[in-house]
Amino acid sequence: MKYVDEFREPERVGALLEAIAALTGKVVAERGRPLHIMEVCGGHTHAIFKYGIAKMLPAEIELVHGPGCPVCVLPIGQVDDCVAIAETPGVIFTTFGDAMRVPGSKKSLLQAKAEGADIRMVYSPLDALALARANPEREVVFFGLGFETTMPATAFTILQAEAEQIRNFSLFCNHITIIPTMQALLESPDLNLDGFIGPGHVSMIIGMRPYQFIAEKYRLPLVVAGFEPLDILHSLWMVVKQLAEGRAEIENQYGRVVPVDGNVAALDAIGRVFELREFFEWRGLGSIDHSGVRMRKAYAHFDAERKFAVPSQRVADPQSCQCGDVLKGLIKPRQCKVFGTTCTPEMPLGALMVSSEGACAAYYQYGDFESRNGNLVVDAA
Amino acid sequence: MTKLETAKGMRPQRKLRDGVHVPKVTLAHGGGGKAMRDLIDDVFVSVFDNPMLAPLEDQARIRLADLARHGDRLAFTSDSFVVDPIEFPGGDIGKLAICGTVNDLAVGGAKPLYLSCSVIIEEGVEVDLLRRVARSMAATAASAGIAIVTGDTKVVGHGSCDKLFINTAGIGVIRDGLDLGAHRAEVGDAILVNGLLGDHGAAILGARGDLCLESTIESDCAPLNGLIDALLDACPEVKFIRDATRGGLATVVNEIAEASGVGIELDERATPFREEVKGFCEILGLDPLYLANEGKIVAVVPAAAAERARAAMASHPLGRDAAIIGYVTQGIAGRVVMQTHFGGKRIVDMLVGEQLPRIC
Repeated sequence: MKYVDEFREPERVGALLEAIAALTGKVVAERGRPLHIMEVCGGHTHAIFKYGIAKMLPAEIELVHGPGCPVCVLPIGQVDDCVAIAETPGVIFTTFGDAMRVPGSKKSLLQAKAEGADIRMVYSPLDALALARANPEREVVFFGLGFETTMPATAFTILQAEAEQIRNFSLFCNHITIIPTMQALLESPDLNLDGFIGPGHVSMIIGMRPYQFIAEKYRLPLVVAGFEPLDILHSLWMVVKQLAEGRAEIENQYGRVVPVDGNVAALDAIGRVFELREFFEWRGLGSIDHSGVRMRKAYAHFDAERKFAVPSQRVADPQSCQCGDVLKGLIKPRQCKVFGTTCTPEMPLGALMVSSEGACAAYYQYGDFESRNGNLVVDAA
Repeated sequence: MTKLETAKGMRPQRKLRDGVHVPKVTLAHGGGGKAMRDLIDDVFVSVFDNPMLAPLEDQARIRLADLARHGDRLAFTSDSFVVDPIEFPGGDIGKLAICGTVNDLAVGGAKPLYLSCSVIIEEGVEVDLLRRVARSMAATAASAGIAIVTGDTKVVGHGSCDKLFINTAGIGVIRDGLDLGAHRAEVGDAILVNGLLGDHGAAILGARGDLCLESTIESDCAPLNGLIDALLDACPEVKFIRDATRGGLATVVNEIAEASGVGIELDERATPFREEVKGFCEILGLDPLYLANEGKIVAVVPAAAAERARAAMASHPLGRDAAIIGYVTQGIAGRVVMQTHFGGKRIVDMLVGEQLPRIC
């Protein structure tokens, strides 16, 4: 594979950073306070830390890390349900890699595996379906999670299973959807944002139009961004430029991947297989209306929630855990009471410490290792 | 080879027994009787072929005088190999078992001399697979100039091990006056590697087949004693060498920073990776800094000698892409920082558990 370094050319960085700094200076002078820009997607959070982007920006730009890491927002009760299904005799439980370490109330999937449950890591739900084909005497359950990014693959897998009449395959559906989540976030009274870096992969599916309300109702700019470091800087420049020009629009920086109308075939598959749940429980954020999907009745025979007696108990987050405040951008990971003490990547208490896309894990791993500005005094506290 | 000739006089050669005529190993091959002897003779002794092993005593007998000729201290190490799959692009578990132990001796400045080889075989394993692995061990040992002088075979029931586990232990002798140690890094020292990083980890992940990714990446598995000899001959000032196996470059560099209480700054642009490995990692959401190597070392060398050390490695076939990838700094003690290609800086921390691929 080529075209990795091309999107990381250091020569282009300087010019972008200068342009961002000039515009930021102008806007900050007008507003008399630093700018808060949220990157919604965990993939962006990861890239921002991996490439050291936050430290290259002007001190007056504060990046707020949003809720877009599907692993991080997984509630404890849901992990318990996964473990219960995985420990059912005869079951092969399949999941994406980084869901393995999320702590449940008693154990994670990784611990359940060590205790003997047949839990396998897959890269695609189609791999899980292949396992079902190869093991007709076993029930293969796929743990479906993620936003619209991963939803189409799950939907196509269900349609494929239906076409092949495979009966020993089911889906434990924990897919979530981005727009109601952003809406809930925007309604949160203590939120203080100047603009968004919009999710790239989700938008590749849903397109640009669903974000329109953010510009119209909340008067905030949003720029859908790619995941290469130059993409992120370019998008930040676009957001700040809008602010400087007094505009609030939905713009597309990731045009090489994101079409305005999204992926129609993928949306169609999603629509055929899934329907909105009335509400879905998020870790740290609580219950959000219409933020999750479940399988339609027509595909009930693939629904693990109906096939298995899942306990479905709501388990409160640990009291000391402030994942919710971090997810809303109210505090920085380092300001959480348990950050780096009782909550570390080795022994994660909150989900934000689990996935490499979680803001806390990113802070812990890539850290703030040199003083950049006054904010760091708060950070280190 | 003189040691082996001397050894030849020690004990009469024992006649090899019948071959194995069944396609798969059964528990009978572990029973201690004729079937076991046939398996050991046919599969292992016949290809390992050296006079110290041939008598099949319970121990290899090594003259102290032969050891003392090489230096003043004995180095002794052991490693177990449980790789899945058994055979992968660029190697197999047998080659790995020789290289791993040879390299563990060589990075301490020791000349590797003798190896033991213990195998634990799951019943049902194909005898032909064992033969291939044994031949690969023999060929690798020969290329590293080391003899397998003692060993053991066990057969266990289905599910008690995964096809084939191998343990090798090795002894070597450390050159006079050499004292390599992770604690010796000082501000200004250079960090070097002998070539492209992450090939082994990527080859193994690709070969497991559950990723459905086709790649041409081969394991870099190789015995490094020759390369390390060349490095130490040209540059006796070398302070520390370690092979960057599990946990990759990032882990070794962190170990150096921690043991010496220094900061280390790596330069992403100078750190050599194969284009395919970079692409492989991009697709899977892995970090090549943490991918395993089986033929790569990290060396700490005083800055003044760094270029000489690099050139010495580059003149060896296993060091063609040798590079100076960073320096020991006055930064925070124990902390490794990388100047990214992009111009930013990031912390390179120890990995907590295994690298798990990201969801999207």
